[in-house]
Amino acid sequence: MKIITAIIKPFKLDDVRGALTAIGAAGMTVTEVKGYGRQKGHTEIYRGAEYAVNFLPKLKIEIAVATDLVPAAIDAIATAARTGEIGDGKIFVVPLDHAVRIRTGERDAEAL
Amino acid sequence: MHSRFLLQMLRASGVGLVLAAGLASAALADPATPVPNKGDTAWMLTSSALVLMMSIPGLALFYGGLARSKNMASILSQVFAIVAMVGIVWVVYGYSLAFTEGSHEPVPFAGRVSWLADFQWNNLVGGLDRVFLRGLTPDSTSATFSNGVVIPEYAYMVFQMTFAMITPALIIGSLAERMKFSAVFLFIFLWVTFIYFPIAHSVWYWAGPDAIADAARAVLDAPDDAAKEAAQASLDAVMANAGWANKMGALDFAGGTVVHINSGIAGFVGCLILGRRIGYPREVGPPHSVTMSMIGASLLWVGWFGFNAGSNLEATGTTALAFVNTMVATAAATLGWMFTEWGTKGKPSLLGMISGAVAGLVAVTPASGFAGPMGAVVLGFVAGAVCYFFVSYVKGWFGYDDALDVFGVHCIGGIIGALGTGILVAPYLGGVGLTDYAAKPGSASPGDYVMATQLFIQFKTVVFTLLWSGIGSAILYKIVDLLIGLRPVKQAELEGLDISDHGERAYNM
Repeated sequence: MKIITAIIKPFKLDDVRGALTAIGAAGMTVTEVKGYGRQKGHTEIYRGAEYAVNFLPKLKIEIAVATDLVPAAIDAIATAARTGEIGDGKIFVVPLDHAVRIRTGERDAEAL
Repeated sequence: MHSRFLLQMLRASGVGLVLAAGLASAALADPATPVPNKGDTAWMLTSSALVLMMSIPGLALFYGGLARSKNMASILSQVFAIVAMVGIVWVVYGYSLAFTEGSHEPVPFAGRVSWLADFQWNNLVGGLDRVFLRGLTPDSTSATFSNGVVIPEYAYMVFQMTFAMITPALIIGSLAERMKFSAVFLFIFLWVTFIYFPIAHSVWYWAGPDAIADAARAVLDAPDDAAKEAAQASLDAVMANAGWANKMGALDFAGGTVVHINSGIAGFVGCLILGRRIGYPREVGPPHSVTMSMIGASLLWVGWFGFNAGSNLEATGTTALAFVNTMVATAAATLGWMFTEWGTKGKPSLLGMISGAVAGLVAVTPASGFAGPMGAVVLGFVAGAVCYFFVSYVKGWFGYDDALDVFGVHCIGGIIGALGTGILVAPYLGGVGLTDYAAKPGSASPGDYVMATQLFIQFKTVVFTLLWSGIGSAILYKIVDLLIGLRPVKQAELEGLDISDHGERAYNM
């Protein structure tokens, strides 16, 4: 089992959700976050004055999947979230030791 | 007074109310003592409430949205506290200093300057007759701009009070995010006393149309030369019983000079004395809520109908003209700023549109009852474009931190409006022309208008206001700095004035 964490552009959420549902990923957690990468934010103009915006709004999505589903999930996110522009985001994959469905007490693969 | 007294006497002695009412209405019909019209009174009280709405919440939200969220409660508190404080100062001595007849003693040392030779205190500041609103009763009346039309003095007093509240509140936009609440409070208290009341008196105080008509009639009715000479002298005295700029013939319908140039230059001087915010220009965050600013600017636009159309002091066709001018000049200025920004920066921003709207409202303020609607459209469009230029370019070139652009919008917009009024009042440009109350006593007749002359009068009034408010404000900032200090400590400014000054956050989410 793996946790896939992806940082994506906020307006790409629906595309990513659709792609993940299509490959059979069962659930998702979304958080509104702010951050920067190699571009270190950008500037915005208000009343003609430039302001440095260091942290840009992004969405962080987290899904837990069975190991055999990981390559398909990564492809689904990477394809759906891609615009080709700076700031499309990143995908991280980390191991997941245990999972529990609280209502039924099911464990690990059955709980996903 | 007389009819009211009679009424009480009759009631006390048991005579029927019908008889009393009949006597009262007979007294009301006497042309020598005009009584307020109910429609005028209702309009003036409505206007007063509209102008209050401009300050709170209009201006407070407009400014607050432009600041960072850590200073939102600070901006809102400063505006709210200023409104409350000036309201009390106004009834204690402000109204009296601004709108009553002052001393006719010469101002010391004025005689040494030839063109100030006959400068009296009354040309600059009023007297103490209405301190604590002494002698003001529900029957007291104030003159309007029409012969034989008066409004209750209470309505006039509270209408002018709302102007005295919003003018100093405008200043804090320049000082935002980096001046202690205590220093703002003390500075504004001193500023309304030494800057606003004298300027308001200089520009707006005059004897009124009926006083001029009575004196002019006496000149016409004088039986012989000696009597005529005496009557002429008293007419001259009535005409001279006015503030300095008013006597000169300055046109400022609703306060372009008194309110906007006055506060704009005071803010500008303040931002120079205070210095920049920590991190300005690159590390200061962008406006935290353009949405709040849009709500605030829209409330300003609505409230401004009370400000401008209310300044006619009665409900007439001129009131409707001022209303229409306020509408179209603001619309034109919104487009003026929007298109200029679109053309130079590539995108038409909401913040640009609402800033343009405020610039248009400022510019049309002195012209609202004088220009024609097409003149107002031109004035608004020019103000939108020029104010954009000052805010977007001039501020950056010189590097002053006028945090919320009080100088670029209010001072520059006010100057455009003050000078534009001198041009657009021209009858051949669709304006209403000047008014002469003495030529035909009892009615307003057209005055002699020469554009260059009027423009020069407007120019002198602008320069006077810039100097009085600019230099006077600098002195007051220094006094407050010496007494309690202007800026918070660095840590407090970085944390935000919401917590460091007020101990609360604007948003707890």
